[in-house]
Amino acid sequence: MMGIEVLNRKDFVSATQIKWCRGCGDFNVLKTMQAVLAKTGRTRENSVFISGIGCSSRFPYYLNTYGFHTIHGRAPAIATGVKAVNPDLDVWVITGDGDALSIGGNHFIHAIRRNQDIKILLFNNAVYGLTKGQFSPTSSQGAVSKSSPLGSPDRALRPLALAASADATFIARTSDNDPVHMAMVLEAAANHQGTAVVEILQNCVIFNDQVHEPYNGPKSRDEHLLYLKHDKPLLFGKDQSNALVSDGFGFKVAKANDACCLVHRPTEESAAYAFALASLSYPEFPVPVGIFRQIHRPTFDHVLTEQQSVAVQKNGPGDLKALLQKNSYQRLI
Amino acid sequence: MTLIQLEREVICFAGDSGDGIQLLGARFSHHAATLGNDVMTLPDYPAEIRAPAGTTSGVSAFQLQFSSTDIYTAGDEFSVLIAMNAAALKSKITDLVPGGLILADEEGFSKKNIAQAGYSDNPLDDGSLADHRIIVDNFTRLTVQSLQELNLPSKQIKRCKNFFVLGIVLWIYNRPLAPTVKWLQEQFSDHHQVMEANILALNAGFNYAETTEIFGESFSVEAVPEKSGLYRTISGNEALSLGFICAAEKLQRPLFLGSYPITPASDILHTLSNYQNFGVKTFQAEDEIAAACAALGASYAGALGITSTSGPGLCLKTEALNLAVMTELPLVVINVQRGGPSTGLPTKTEQSDLMFAMYGRNGDSPLPVLAAASPADCFHMALEASRIATTFMTPVILLSDGYLANGSESWLVPDPEEITLEVVKPNQDIEPFYPYQRDPVTRSRPWVTPGTKGKMHRIGGLEKQSVTGEPSHDPDNHQRMTQERAEKIAGISAFIPEQPFTGSTDDHLLILSWGSTHGAVTAAVKQLREQGMAIAHAHLRYLNPFPVNLATIIAGFEHVLVFELNDQQLVKLIQAEFAIQAQSITQVTGLPFKVRDIVKSVIDYSEELNDGH
Repeated sequence: MMGIEVLNRKDFVSATQIKWCRGCGDFNVLKTMQAVLAKTGRTRENSVFISGIGCSSRFPYYLNTYGFHTIHGRAPAIATGVKAVNPDLDVWVITGDGDALSIGGNHFIHAIRRNQDIKILLFNNAVYGLTKGQFSPTSSQGAVSKSSPLGSPDRALRPLALAASADATFIARTSDNDPVHMAMVLEAAANHQGTAVVEILQNCVIFNDQVHEPYNGPKSRDEHLLYLKHDKPLLFGKDQSNALVSDGFGFKVAKANDACCLVHRPTEESAAYAFALASLSYPEFPVPVGIFRQIHRPTFDHVLTEQQSVAVQKNGPGDLKALLQKNSYQRLI
Repeated sequence: MTLIQLEREVICFAGDSGDGIQLLGARFSHHAATLGNDVMTLPDYPAEIRAPAGTTSGVSAFQLQFSSTDIYTAGDEFSVLIAMNAAALKSKITDLVPGGLILADEEGFSKKNIAQAGYSDNPLDDGSLADHRIIVDNFTRLTVQSLQELNLPSKQIKRCKNFFVLGIVLWIYNRPLAPTVKWLQEQFSDHHQVMEANILALNAGFNYAETTEIFGESFSVEAVPEKSGLYRTISGNEALSLGFICAAEKLQRPLFLGSYPITPASDILHTLSNYQNFGVKTFQAEDEIAAACAALGASYAGALGITSTSGPGLCLKTEALNLAVMTELPLVVINVQRGGPSTGLPTKTEQSDLMFAMYGRNGDSPLPVLAAASPADCFHMALEASRIATTFMTPVILLSDGYLANGSESWLVPDPEEITLEVVKPNQDIEPFYPYQRDPVTRSRPWVTPGTKGKMHRIGGLEKQSVTGEPSHDPDNHQRMTQERAEKIAGISAFIPEQPFTGSTDDHLLILSWGSTHGAVTAAVKQLREQGMAIAHAHLRYLNPFPVNLATIIAGFEHVLVFELNDQQLVKLIQAEFAIQAQSITQVTGLPFKVRDIVKSVIDYSEELNDGH
């Protein structure tokens, strides 16, 4: 370990004053991220945080790393260029439900299908916070907001189901109010080779307070969260008394004792399993948290590097003079 | 048999898209260039992949001028029209000079073809072409006959008719077949039958022209005497691509292109994607703004980030462009302009994005705007755009257009060793480090990339505090930063060449042009000056900021006349910047100016001025 600086959480704290509302779930995410970086990050200078627009997207300012606060929904596209040029960097994208799924929906799915080695943290509070309280793509149908006084007419998008259908190689969910679980998930994301999508159920204390409370609140989480664990059965509820069992293309809930339990395998090649898990929603179903999917596929950067070496093998290293002189001729005098 | 010497010649190949017209034109141009002619080309093809066969909307044409003297355009009109069908004749006949030669393939003049082209009778024998010489034969059938010994499907044999026609044309201009035979051998080394068939067709066409008695003479266009050296013909899109590869190598940075396919810019993406062995990374993005964002991310990470598009695509990129303005990161945006607004005329040329390039962003958001003057000049302007973007930490818009992109010309190949790109490297060693401290000379901020130890910092689209770069909503700071950004861009005028002009300040009329109008305006001015008219001409390649001496030049003339392919955009900039009553001659037909139209406009304008005096 000679020459490697040992870092702690405080090394990742920037001097910029934090401007989130008191009680915002983002504070916990920030603290946990800083701790995870101290544990997993190689150096401060090799970590880059790229964000879009929204409350969550102020996140990079508060980290003593490189940071780029960009434009609405486009952080994954900017991250693509950064990582393609310098694959050595640990690139994190910070985004919210409006930013990633509405204005940035296109970039979100394409970043995922490319499987570039970037980590996308999607803070989901089911509301537009920075623009002060309109319904978002993850707001439930009928949600009353500033722009939907009679209820949102749109059906809610499930971010992780979308990620699964774009064949994300790493899919996970955690909550802002559970730092231990969050740290485990973020650490796994940091160590994943490929695009990691992490949905963080996050509370907006001003415009959508306690929206996730029915299932992730301290009193309800034992009953309604399903903690996904590698090679363990899909059990939930008090004393693990309930189980998810297969039902056609999806799941149904059964008593654990009577059921032939399904075992959680995040390495399942087909994305259909992760999609089915990610499509479950409260109150009909428990809300799964943890790592839904974790598979290995060649990354975009790896493919690019391979292609470059093929190109060099085929055509030799670039020779500018030869390139300019291609198809040339000596003019007759 | 007589051989007639010509100083220059303009010919046009026209047929159905699918007839191999573009290949035919490109082969003849390359051939002419290798023989030492100056060459300029003007391809013209439909926006549809396969417009209905035999109709005028499906006509693909290729016009070229080749010469024994310097030329600046692909020619106003042609002396020879090769028409593979009735629709090709119909759509191109208006540009054939009186007495010009029509070489027509009878196969393309069936009753159906004639009707589809909108003729009521066969134009080849109804007397309507009495002003021209017509040579008509069934070239398709002759090709089939010449190749019948080959065991090839008839469809494939018919496809060789373009090389049969090329054989005829090469005979007419007294040119050897050997270079084209060699090219075919190289091109189809893996497809022996195709190679053999095309070589046979080429020879058959040449022999046909030699043995039939329909040609009384042949013509010769000699090499340009004083121009020796290593040349190649190059299109604007190719020249841009090579220019950026060269710039990246000189700047010692990887080249990253983010792009989304769009006509007529796509060839830049195609070309650069073939040069991964140079370390070039091309990224075909999901949309235009993603392409620009990825390029900006690449620049942020230390690459020469570029993005290429055409008009409607530029609209979609603008939010990313403004982020580059605010974060002061280098980015080159290539806009190959086409007819607009909206989807407009995808395959036709226009210069109507100038105002958009200048002002099409929210906020006070100045950035440098450059415009290439000719296909070969695209190479030089790619270097310039890269130099300015990286030296001054700013996005740069480089304007090309459809005419430059697809047109090609002879290019004296530069020696890369002699190309220098002087990058003023901001001092990264200053302590303490602040991301928005400015270099005293260039006024640009340091380009410190992620991975640099000890200089972690955050940037973004929010207004920056001067020097520290922290987000700031302070009113005085916004005023100051707006000024700093404006001054940085305006200050670039000290780092670009002075404006050259032909003529003298004794002339009373100054002609201004920009971008691809360079060729036609230069040729027209030359002609008018030779006729004794006292006019000067300045062609602008730097549109923002203008060269420092432009004000002095303009002040030296009583009258200023601007030529541009849009509805009065440069003229308004000139009027606003220099507070003068410049006039303009504009054209928005999707076609480049003709030299003769410019000549006439200038004469008319001068007469108007004289009447007024």
